Amino acid sequence: MPEIRVAARLLPVNGTGRLSTGWWGMLCLVATEGILFAYLIFSHGYLGAQAVGDWPPGGAPALALALPNTFLLLGSSIVLEIGLRRYETARAGSPLPALLVTAAMGGAFVLVQLKEWSNKPFSFDSNAYACSYFTLTGFHLAHVLAGLFALLVLAVWSWQGRLRRRPSLPLALGRIYWHFVDIVWLAVFTTIYLVPQQP
Amino acid sequence: MATIARNRLPDQEREKLRATWETAPGVYGWFATVDHKQIGIRYLVTSIVFLLIGGVEALVMRVQLAQPGMKLLAPEQYDQLFSLHGVTMIFLYALPVLSGFSNYLWPLMLGSRDMAFPRVNALSYWLYLLSGVFLYVGVPLGQAPNGGWFNYVPYTSREYDPGINIDIYALGLIFLGISTAVGSANFVVTLLRTRAPGMSINRMPILVWGTVTASAANLLAVPSVSLACLMLWLDRSFGAHFFEVSGHGQPLLWQHLFWAFGHPWVYALVLPAMGIVSDALPVFCRRPLVGYTAVALATVTTMVIGFGVWVHHMFATGLPAMAISFFSAASIIIAIPSAIAVFSWLATIWTGQPVFRTPFLFFAGFVILFVIGGVSGFMTASAALDWQLTDTYFVVAHLHYVLLGINLFPVVGGIYYWFPKMTGRMMGERLGRWSFWTMFIGFNIAFFPMHVVGLEGMPRRVYTYPADLGLGGWNLLISVGAFLFAAGILLFLVNLVLSLSRGAPAGPNPWDAPTLEWATSSPPPPHNFDIIPIVASRHPLWEDRLEEVEERSQLDRGYLLDVGRETIGTTPMDAEPNVILRMPGDSLLPLGLALCVTLLFLGLLAHAWVIAGLGLAGALGVLVAWLAPAPPVEAQKARIYA
Amino acid sequence: MRRDAGGMRWIYIGVSVSTVALIASAIWTLLTLRAVAQPGGGVTPLAISVTGHQWWWEATYPGAEPDGTFRTASEIHIPTNVPVRLELRADDVIHSFWVPKLAGKTDVIPGRVNSMWIEARTPGVYRGQCMEYCGVEHALMAFRVVAEPPAQFAAWRRRQLAGASTGASIAPGYRVFARRCSACHAIRGTESGGIYGPDLTNLSGRATLASGTLPNTPANLARWIAHPQAVKPGARMPDIDLPPGEMQPLVAYLETR
Repeated sequence: MPEIRVAARLLPVNGTGRLSTGWWGMLCLVATEGILFAYLIFSHGYLGAQAVGDWPPGGAPALALALPNTFLLLGSSIVLEIGLRRYETARAGSPLPALLVTAAMGGAFVLVQLKEWSNKPFSFDSNAYACSYFTLTGFHLAHVLAGLFALLVLAVWSWQGRLRRRPSLPLALGRIYWHFVDIVWLAVFTTIYLVPQQP
Repeated sequence: MATIARNRLPDQEREKLRATWETAPGVYGWFATVDHKQIGIRYLVTSIVFLLIGGVEALVMRVQLAQPGMKLLAPEQYDQLFSLHGVTMIFLYALPVLSGFSNYLWPLMLGSRDMAFPRVNALSYWLYLLSGVFLYVGVPLGQAPNGGWFNYVPYTSREYDPGINIDIYALGLIFLGISTAVGSANFVVTLLRTRAPGMSINRMPILVWGTVTASAANLLAVPSVSLACLMLWLDRSFGAHFFEVSGHGQPLLWQHLFWAFGHPWVYALVLPAMGIVSDALPVFCRRPLVGYTAVALATVTTMVIGFGVWVHHMFATGLPAMAISFFSAASIIIAIPSAIAVFSWLATIWTGQPVFRTPFLFFAGFVILFVIGGVSGFMTASAALDWQLTDTYFVVAHLHYVLLGINLFPVVGGIYYWFPKMTGRMMGERLGRWSFWTMFIGFNIAFFPMHVVGLEGMPRRVYTYPADLGLGGWNLLISVGAFLFAAGILLFLVNLVLSLSRGAPAGPNPWDAPTLEWATSSPPPPHNFDIIPIVASRHPLWEDRLEEVEERSQLDRGYLLDVGRETIGTTPMDAEPNVILRMPGDSLLPLGLALCVTLLFLGLLAHAWVIAGLGLAGALGVLVAWLAPAPPVEAQKARIYA
Repeated sequence: MRRDAGGMRWIYIGVSVSTVALIASAIWTLLTLRAVAQPGGGVTPLAISVTGHQWWWEATYPGAEPDGTFRTASEIHIPTNVPVRLELRADDVIHSFWVPKLAGKTDVIPGRVNSMWIEARTPGVYRGQCMEYCGVEHALMAFRVVAEPPAQFAAWRRRQLAGASTGASIAPGYRVFARRCSACHAIRGTESGGIYGPDLTNLSGRATLASGTLPNTPANLARWIAHPQAVKPGARMPDIDLPPGEMQPLVAYLETR
């Protein structure tokens, strides 16, 4: 005669990482946003391939600001990854320092990018290259800002003691997103700065 | 027969589950529900309303076109009507209606208690409703979108179309795209993680295959059109030059981006509906679907190839011959997986014992319309032939045969089929047959002659045509057919409404069907299943008759999971239980987020940046509240009934 | 209830037959594309430049001799049995050029030059129409391709090049034209050189007005000039209000050019 019982096996509740549903949801977000950048890069390439005359008009952009900025962003990913791993293996007591340093480095990236924008001799409505340049880098910048917002919210939650369980699902999701933003930058950087460089 | 056991949970326990899962009563509950069944029905009702609006738009156009030189509509009015008709049907009816079916049915078919993300589910509905209203906001101002549903530049640039109509189109599609994206993510994750134990991926209903394929594709395709619309809005609002020839922009870039989305989209509109037929037709043939594996694989293959054919909408644009040849060949080859599905259905009918009830009529009619649409499709796939056929009424015939034939007819058949499950009543059979024949005959009278007038050279998107081309007679016939078809839809709706109060009571399984949704009551309780099923085959309720497997599915013993709203999470391929999922209950956050997003888009439309900023800030605030982590719960031993 | 897996044979046979048909169709397509890509050799092709406007068609015939290039509108004359290479342009938005009985359609796209070729074997009038939605009057943007034996084509070409001849008896009509129409319209052989609207040289030789919308009769011409917005709402030509003392000479002048 069947009756209500308790199963023998312990099962996690909601889980972290691949056991959770949120992790897969974040992958869907990364997939859809990632392909958005692919379409942006395609559009930039299409405008260039169909262009009559120089592309970029005025020659390839200088790497003086963009290359260090790239290392800054890559470095922020490394900082975040190391910091969160130390937190998860209990070698660090709090993820807060890692989150804040990453956010600071990301914030610096934003400022350098804005400086780069203001240095440009063209404006958004100058021509096809200009609007594509600003839109491609601008989309990335918006994603960085969203990532900064997420890092700061995670910092607040950590400070409030909401992220005590390790591994922590919110931290995992934030980390996936931040690394995604970084990898996208590599693609954007290659498209805008490396591809047009003539040897 | 052990598999068709009723769940014999004690009443007290069942009441506890019901109380846990039931939506709160009253206005609060109406706005805050996350019940996938209620959300599914809302999707269905809303999309049918849009179907009717789009249908009225079509009928007005057909009056204008019934004879040459009619003056019912000014050209500008006609242009807004055909644009709205396309946008409404393709965006606001065809996908959402399938989302409605999937939302309602998936957890029931998969043996689960809810979708993976219940609040996201509610969010995707509110975004859909609000973006649909947004797209129509120009109508009272006489500023509805007027560039066609495909909205080609440069005609839709600010220079040639300066009003607010195209801005409504561009921003509205981005807005709607958010709904589609979050809904698609929900389907994908639900599929991967919340199937009943034992439901490995080769045991899922084909509707699930169809919807998950469409959802994965949408995640990858929708960003293309969202980007194109954003670029267009930037061109129009800030003088960007993505498409403006004067600034070295490229008009064809719009077409590439639009059709790179548009073609996968039309497969997303039909693959789930084909899944409906693949699941429901066999019930009326009293046998399992012939070639399940082939059909499942054909579904995925069609979608994958569907990403590689978009240029067939651009054969006349003067692209290089190599590109034209490649895309033409790919567009012809994509018919092969469709042929697999068609012959599967034909084989199922021929080798089965057909039961000629109303749903069967719609599904059999669908097969005929599919074949006709498919033939006109592979004709236009041939670039050489397409240079004569494209932009004529031949394509209008093709697209209506595939969209109404492969989406609307299965949808109506599906409503006849699942109405008993949703409401506990049967729809009228006699009125059902009348509605089918009226729809089927009216449809063919309306749309078959379009092949003819297209071959005679009649262009698309014209508000009138000259009297001396001999097209008047055919167009009159087409218009008459359209009204007859509309009468058929009306009969269907009358049947629907009458059956709500007067239909014969239906038990849990009035059609004697094999899948899990028929194992629970009609309508299902809020928690779907008293006990989460353990699945052993593709046809849990037919196992004794089919003897295709040794084991039997268990419907009366298994996971009970009654500590709050719980369901079981399983592994992606083999569906082995590995986590207990605690689900959120009623919440106003989805509606709140949708309203903030609406504010954002209204601000952008009006160039009121402060309002847009407020909308964005509000959205971020709601998101933080939504995602705020709850205190973690320790691992537990699940409560079971065994 | 049928339990077996029978019925798979339907799929095997059905898909095999379909695949053969589809592959045959693909091969036919590729062969046809190659066959129509270039005209047959032997005859020197004639080049004509076609430009789509909202909502009329312009044709420019380049000529080797000095001042040998002329424009016309709505009617494109070609010699029979001579391949004609069309260079297709658009002035404003995307249109599509289609003469069903002579060839498939090709879009005209701003910022881009497409090309196609046509060749008429039999003399006659071939109707064409714009086939890409281009705005309010997309429905009324037809044109005619008039194929005539080479000798008649040459005569037509000479008449177009010669342009207007001024005769004293019709000068009053020309004065109205110069005052009210020449800002947008041109007539070869006069000082009127407007480029925004269709070239009206030898308008009397055309069978239709307003890009195939109206038959070319004096009454229709008067109606068109006075109220184009009533005939083709949204057309770029404004209503031209002329007293009868001016309209009649103008129509008479144009109908004898």
